[in-house]
Amino acid sequence: MSKPTTLLQPQMQAGLGFPTLLRKELQRFWKVAFQTVAAPVITALLYLVVFAHVLEGHTLVYGRVPYTAFLIPGLMMMSMLQNAFANPSSSLIQSRMSGNLVFILLPPMSHYELFGAYVLAAVARGLAVGLCVWLTALYFAPLMPAQPLWVLVFGLLSCGIMGTLGLIAGLWSEKFDQLSAFQNFLIMPATFLSGVFYSIHTLPPFWLAVSHWNPLFYTIDGFRYGFFAVSDVSPWHSLAVVAGVFAALMLIALRLLAGGYKLRH
Amino acid sequence: MSAAVSLEHISKIYPLRPRGWRKWLGQPAGPGFQALDDVSLRIEPGEFFGLLGPNGAGKTTLISILAGLARASQGQASVCGYDVVSDYKAARRALGVVPQELVYDPFFTVRETLRNQSGYFGLRNNDDWIDEILHNLGLSDKADSNMRALSGGMKRRVLVAQALVHRPPVIVLDEPTAGVDVDLRHTLWQFISRLNRAGHTIMLTTHYLEEAEELCGRIAMLKRGKLVALDTTAALLARVGGEDLEDAFVRIMHEDPLDPAAQEIAA
Repeated sequence: MSKPTTLLQPQMQAGLGFPTLLRKELQRFWKVAFQTVAAPVITALLYLVVFAHVLEGHTLVYGRVPYTAFLIPGLMMMSMLQNAFANPSSSLIQSRMSGNLVFILLPPMSHYELFGAYVLAAVARGLAVGLCVWLTALYFAPLMPAQPLWVLVFGLLSCGIMGTLGLIAGLWSEKFDQLSAFQNFLIMPATFLSGVFYSIHTLPPFWLAVSHWNPLFYTIDGFRYGFFAVSDVSPWHSLAVVAGVFAALMLIALRLLAGGYKLRH
Repeated sequence: MSAAVSLEHISKIYPLRPRGWRKWLGQPAGPGFQALDDVSLRIEPGEFFGLLGPNGAGKTTLISILAGLARASQGQASVCGYDVVSDYKAARRALGVVPQELVYDPFFTVRETLRNQSGYFGLRNNDDWIDEILHNLGLSDKADSNMRALSGGMKRRVLVAQALVHRPPVIVLDEPTAGVDVDLRHTLWQFISRLNRAGHTIMLTTHYLEEAEELCGRIAMLKRGKLVALDTTAALLARVGGEDLEDAFVRIMHEDPLDPAAQEIAA
């Protein structure tokens, strides 16, 4: 079969659509950074002020870590998880509701490009929020990571997990209330019950066992290991769980995108 | 040379969405809605082709299948010889679609919108062409306005511009003049006709039949998902014997589907 003439598309040096989609997704939150970065930082600081005020001096976690210092990585991670989830899910639902999702579906972008752009932008927002929480929390406790590499690895993978989950939730939701159900009944409980505010070893045996089944527990526990070099479970164990969950979610998301799930009918 | 657009035995059935307990048991809800029924047609490069039919006849579904926004239940579709499923990248690169609904991204200005759209097609440094499109569509002075601030007609122009950023050899316009003032219609058709003379294939759906009669060399008519007419505009008028395309359209749409003449046309 003869291929068409290229007369109408002279010297089209077409690359990938991925960099543009990534930039657009970054701009989308950066243009309203007051809402998407500053607001979650304020929320985290309020938690820090209230809980630290009530509990500081009452407990030493792991026998040596003051409560305020213990709380900060937890709050950082909680903010990172929630914001990494929010970025792709809100972008997709807004595009779907306003109909401009079609501009992303018409160009020749592969499912890898879509996945990469949405999830990387989510990771960027998560890390930006986490970094800002840490910097402002320095005022309350001079917390430096004991092992920065662990902090970075868990930060990246955890935002990756939630970015991917946000992408899946955004694909699945057809209306705002479906997305907020996903957020309120799944994401919020999972983040709150993952050990942000306490070491799970202080829990009764039943809830301790439940916590071990919450993948988000491992994101926070491993992240804390990076700061204090102590944690509830071994960081290698946490890394295995977190990497495994990310890989599984990534496969699901790629599968959905490749099949055009709720995108191409 | 391969056809600009080729559809072979395209059928599309939208499954009904199961509700209530059937949804939870994963049971199908019913036979579904047949939007297209065994449609075959071929559009040659350089044609100005009209796709007509009443609301709900399947025009937009047909365009969606070409654009990869919907998947055919049966049959094959290709753009410039590229299969829309197996060779989707090349097919989408060859196709520019102006969607029917007035959609836009309120985060961006007109120029940013067009730069983004170029980028999605992998084109950087496309500003010369973007300026040319803006100029031709009378959008130059709106280039830095936010999409939110534009009137409906202006948004429609941006939609046309977005479809053209990658200089597609095949341009599909889905009711581009719905709710648009006379001035824009003239500008739009002048520009589109010029693109057609430069070799671009145009496929157009519209409810303004005088537009179709004036512009389109060939016309296909859809009725409830079936192709009921496919011929040059002149031959169509001659055969049906109407005084103009509107008259012919009404006659064809009201023909009895069991009438042998209609059967012959459909075949």
